[in-house]
Amino acid sequence: MKHLRSIEELTVDDLVGLLDLTDHMTEINRRPIPKVPALRGRTVVNVFFEDSTRTRISFETAAKRLSADVMNFSVSTSSVNKGESLRDTIETVSAMGVDAYVVRHKSTGVPWRISDWTEASVINAGDGWHQHPTQALLDAYTIRTAFGRRTLEGLHIAIVGDVKHSRVARSDVQAFTRLGARVTLVAPATLLPPSIEGWPVEATTDLDAVLPELDVLYLLRMQRERMTEALVPSLREYTDRFGLTPQRVPRLQDHALVMHPGPMNRGVEMAVDPSELKGSMVLHQVTNGVAVRMAVLFKLLGSGEVG
Amino acid sequence: MRLVVKQGRVIDTAGERIVDVAIEGGQIVEVGASLTGDRTLDATGCVVSPGFVDLHTHLREPGKEEAETIETGSRAAALGGFTAVVAMPNTEPAQDSVAVVEFVRSQGIKAGLCDVVPAGCITMGRAGEQLAPFAELAAAGVRIFTDDGNGVQDPLLMRRAMEYAKDLDITLAQHCEVSALTKGAVMHEGSCCSRLGLPGWPSVAEELMVFRDIELCRLTGAPIHLLHLSTVRSVELVRAAKADGLPVTAEACPHHFTLTDELLSSFDAVYKVNPPLRTAADIAALKAGLADGTIDAIATDHAPHPPEAKEQPLDQAPPGMLGLQTALSLALDELGLDLPQVIALLSRNPARIARLTDRHGGPVEPGRAANLTVFDPDATWTVVPAALASKSRNTPYAGRTLHGVVRHTVLAGNPVVVDAETQR
Repeated sequence: MKHLRSIEELTVDDLVGLLDLTDHMTEINRRPIPKVPALRGRTVVNVFFEDSTRTRISFETAAKRLSADVMNFSVSTSSVNKGESLRDTIETVSAMGVDAYVVRHKSTGVPWRISDWTEASVINAGDGWHQHPTQALLDAYTIRTAFGRRTLEGLHIAIVGDVKHSRVARSDVQAFTRLGARVTLVAPATLLPPSIEGWPVEATTDLDAVLPELDVLYLLRMQRERMTEALVPSLREYTDRFGLTPQRVPRLQDHALVMHPGPMNRGVEMAVDPSELKGSMVLHQVTNGVAVRMAVLFKLLGSGEVG
Repeated sequence: MRLVVKQGRVIDTAGERIVDVAIEGGQIVEVGASLTGDRTLDATGCVVSPGFVDLHTHLREPGKEEAETIETGSRAAALGGFTAVVAMPNTEPAQDSVAVVEFVRSQGIKAGLCDVVPAGCITMGRAGEQLAPFAELAAAGVRIFTDDGNGVQDPLLMRRAMEYAKDLDITLAQHCEVSALTKGAVMHEGSCCSRLGLPGWPSVAEELMVFRDIELCRLTGAPIHLLHLSTVRSVELVRAAKADGLPVTAEACPHHFTLTDELLSSFDAVYKVNPPLRTAADIAALKAGLADGTIDAIATDHAPHPPEAKEQPLDQAPPGMLGLQTALSLALDELGLDLPQVIALLSRNPARIARLTDRHGGPVEPGRAANLTVFDPDATWTVVPAALASKSRNTPYAGRTLHGVVRHTVLAGNPVVVDAETQR
């Protein structure tokens, strides 16, 4: 495996292999000194063209636990603001010797373009509305760990909310269904992509109808600006139809998990306190994010035993 | 000097015959067997047709000379077999005044490779607010007006433009796109854009304006030319309008009848164009429209952009592709039409729409201006971006081997391309 740009580019074996490797990383993270020399001498550059504190810190933590050198390239301080093109920037940084780029960009496809211009591995940390593969891996890992299985076979997962503008949803749909889950998208037509032809999912606007059968309720972030685009009439109406409200909580199965990629809109999609929810996985997702990213970095850059 | 084009298959509206064509003083003086002259151009095995006319060329000068100049664009045109190109008015400044159109025309004359025919704007600065001075521009020789790149959004303004244009013997040409439906759009709206998470460009955004302008044509009686149609329903609407006898004409671009939206999966902005590449069904509809005369002309929408612009992320890169040097080959290879039809789509019909029939579009007969294209329909060539004459490299056909090589282009009696090389 040279790059991790999308879930689509992975086979089922790649997926399961990365999740198995994540188990190993989780074990390392539980050690008193959670650090191994596996990637000593390797250089990882975080290139974040879009703000993201949690994903960047998660990648940085992962790389450091594997003893890689980490450089952060943030756009506000870079020559990109002086008019340098993306290609020139990447070719310049590559000339210094880089083993992997972790790329976040507001535009779809940028990780693919960057991989055309460098010999280094490229890890997509989110491109536009397109893909966020490490989020999907950490979500799949969180679910399989919670249910104590190797795949997601037989589980029913609903992804609720703004699928249209969500790279998390696109990646999760691919990861969850490849791992055997049944996925239902719950959203008004305005928040679904224009066509889901060929997607191995069902779609509904009726959250209450699917709620009692779910093993996982995955809530997406509802951005406030969507209202001004006439995609929903109001946040109140959105919460009423698609939010996790106190009235809906008792209708979830006892074992059902509640997940969210963060940052949460309290009172909108998450209209209950997640810390009071038995099945809330929100903080587990963050913890697992570090382990999953360690697995990805090791898979792309490492060799032999992790240690 | 008397120039003779020897032994070509002359194909025009008068039919097909193997003859020599003698040219003197910029005009065809004789068509017949065994003609002699001071200079000959061998056309054995080649087709001799009226010079091609492109209704839709972006020459970028003035304003974006880093992408193309009138000289480099004219060179690409001549090599592609075009003897006239309509220069789109989205220059900086826009072609909304006599001064700017005169500048464009004079740069074309200076380059001397092709008849550069400036289009005027419909509205000042293409801003969609105030009409451009149609009569002043018409008096300066402008015959086709468009805000290309921007559709005229306001239906009242478009109605007024058509009413005002009626007695001026000019054609208004519309870029059909309701912009409220295409905000931020990057590619055709369908399953591919849904998968890639890119904002979609729905077909209906084009079709609504096609419908509106057909109805305004019915209301006002003013002719309307519809630029670069790309969808099934657009073709159906134009077919119905023509059946009603309305003065509606339309064009289609080679990329729209050869390439689909799936190519955007590469994230290479060379495939980004406005209107966007669509689906196989749309390609089939465009081909049928070109075959049955619903669509009158093939137009290139030649739109050069420098590499640094096209290397930007898909959503930021400007739309457009090169087209002048590949149009003939794609028409020959992809449309499945016979030669007279292809030639009409590239010469006679666009010359009529641009009101250039006094000197372009044939027929090849004594007394006509000597604007001719000599091409070998069976020879092949491979598209190498760096070998194209345009200043830019943004062709989506790099590496493709195509039929149809332009051997000679004669502009007003001057052989501007000989043996596939420009002569100045």
